[in-house]
Amino acid sequence: MIAAASVGTVPAAVETSRLHKRYGSVEALRGVDLFVEKGSVFGLLGPNGAGKTTAVRILTTLLKPDEGSARVVGYDVVREAASVRREIGLAGQYAAVDENLTGFENLDMVGRLYHLGRGHSRSRARELLESFDLADAGGRLVRTYSGGMRRRLDLAAALVARPPVLFLDEPTTGLDLRSRIGLWEAIEVLVSEGTTVLLTTQYLDEADRLADRIAVIDHGLVIAEGTSQELKDRVGGERIDIHLCDDSRGGEAVAALASIASDRPFLEDGSVRVPVAERRGSIADAVRRLDDAGIAIDDISVSEPTLDDVFLNLTGRATEPEAEEAEVESK
Amino acid sequence: MTALRYGISDTLVLAKRSLLRIPRQPDLLVGFTVQPVLFILLFVYVLGGAIQTPGFDYVDYLMPGIIVQSIAFGGFVTALGLADDLKKGLMDRFRSLPMTRSALLTGRTLGDVATNIFQLVVMFSVGLLIGFNFSGSVGEVIAGIALLLLIGYAFSWVFAFIGLVSSSPEASNAYGFTILFPVTFVSSAFVPVDSMPSWLQPIAEHNPFTYMVNAARALFLGIPPGDNVWLALLWTLAIIAVFAPLAAWRYSRVVAR
Repeated sequence: MIAAASVGTVPAAVETSRLHKRYGSVEALRGVDLFVEKGSVFGLLGPNGAGKTTAVRILTTLLKPDEGSARVVGYDVVREAASVRREIGLAGQYAAVDENLTGFENLDMVGRLYHLGRGHSRSRARELLESFDLADAGGRLVRTYSGGMRRRLDLAAALVARPPVLFLDEPTTGLDLRSRIGLWEAIEVLVSEGTTVLLTTQYLDEADRLADRIAVIDHGLVIAEGTSQELKDRVGGERIDIHLCDDSRGGEAVAALASIASDRPFLEDGSVRVPVAERRGSIADAVRRLDDAGIAIDDISVSEPTLDDVFLNLTGRATEPEAEEAEVESK
Repeated sequence: MTALRYGISDTLVLAKRSLLRIPRQPDLLVGFTVQPVLFILLFVYVLGGAIQTPGFDYVDYLMPGIIVQSIAFGGFVTALGLADDLKKGLMDRFRSLPMTRSALLTGRTLGDVATNIFQLVVMFSVGLLIGFNFSGSVGEVIAGIALLLLIGYAFSWVFAFIGLVSSSPEASNAYGFTILFPVTFVSSAFVPVDSMPSWLQPIAEHNPFTYMVNAARALFLGIPPGDNVWLALLWTLAIIAVFAPLAAWRYSRVVAR
């Protein structure tokens, strides 16, 4: 619905209509409509098995949809697959780089397969190694690389031909925090240069940080779409958790904090939970109110809504993680 | 025209990739060099004394046979490589690139031709050191080498298919060896067919490996080949005609596992 409203006003980098895909008896996609504006970052958020990867595989011409259609920069992904492939880059959760080649050889190979000339391919490979902080490691075999280095190389490989549309399938799954932030920064640079990005993720914070718009996908259907703020508002925004020095004063604290809460504060696991509309200033507010009431605070923190909260809120049930994908990328 | 030029360039880029892998994976290098050499030595010095090959020195009898076997197995790098690409998600990257789709297969099989040449050099060198003699004319020997390379190329397509239908590189290895290994033995590669039990002889006689081995033996040793060269060529082309499309069909269907 939301997608349809934007059609005609802004050019689409990616547009799908009623995408269906079945694997045997499993319906991976059950009619997915997406609209990604040129130059924007679109996050496809959902738990394992939601259909995110299937959608990316269709959009990158690796799979044919059973029903429905999809266009990438105006080309039909089935009928004009060859044209689509010239316009896209794909980096995936498996870090698809050749372990028996060096970083440089990997990028050069991809460059040649995009049909860049020999010299151009090499200089582009060197340039990318430089900008992804891999210049020193460029001559080493990839099997000696760390997980974070492989992801950076994988992302670099997706960028060899400077594609206008980039697909990132769970780009940071399995990475440590430092590597995740490094990759996020690299993606942000690309976006600032005008690349359209469609990324899938299981992490709300990742979608929140990178994406202009987010579609929440579950069991092959888009169950919510909007900006990060819009989704958070639907979930109930952020929450302050306060642990009191004296548990018996919980009731008084709830009363004291009611006026700053966006919803009724409540007691849970010995903490006072205070839903707030906006995190800015809310901790100071809470501290002041409790101070005025003479209630001592042991610990106070802000908790952001997670994908689990989004799901619980949108579907009334928790996410169902699937073990098979959880083990990917630990090497 | 551009499509053809890109097709050739893509194939060469991927053949180079396939070849770069070999010196970097010592176990593969061992598979190409140490293993066949060990087989030659074991057969010649351990088993050879007990095998009767009327009209031939055993080393002369064995070399064409063991070379045909080794070269047929040389394509296992293709099976391993393709199964590995599937497993690691590299297949997705390649298939999302604007490259010629078939180049991943033609590149691998072309790479195998280069490794086959390397194998031939190693095996003939060892053979010559331990007493093998070419008795055929230069033309016959060249024809024999060309036939061997064509046989190697044909089996690369068999292995490409195996690699694309196996669930893992390990499985592709197991399939390749359990299916092909016995077939190479029930042939004239190591012992004369008429030394086998009578029920096995017809199978061995009509085994394509027997035609291939007999053809190579005739060309290298300068003995009348009969129909063997033509039948070997026919079988080799038939294997390509069947397995290249099979591998291509399977390739177009695979999704990363």
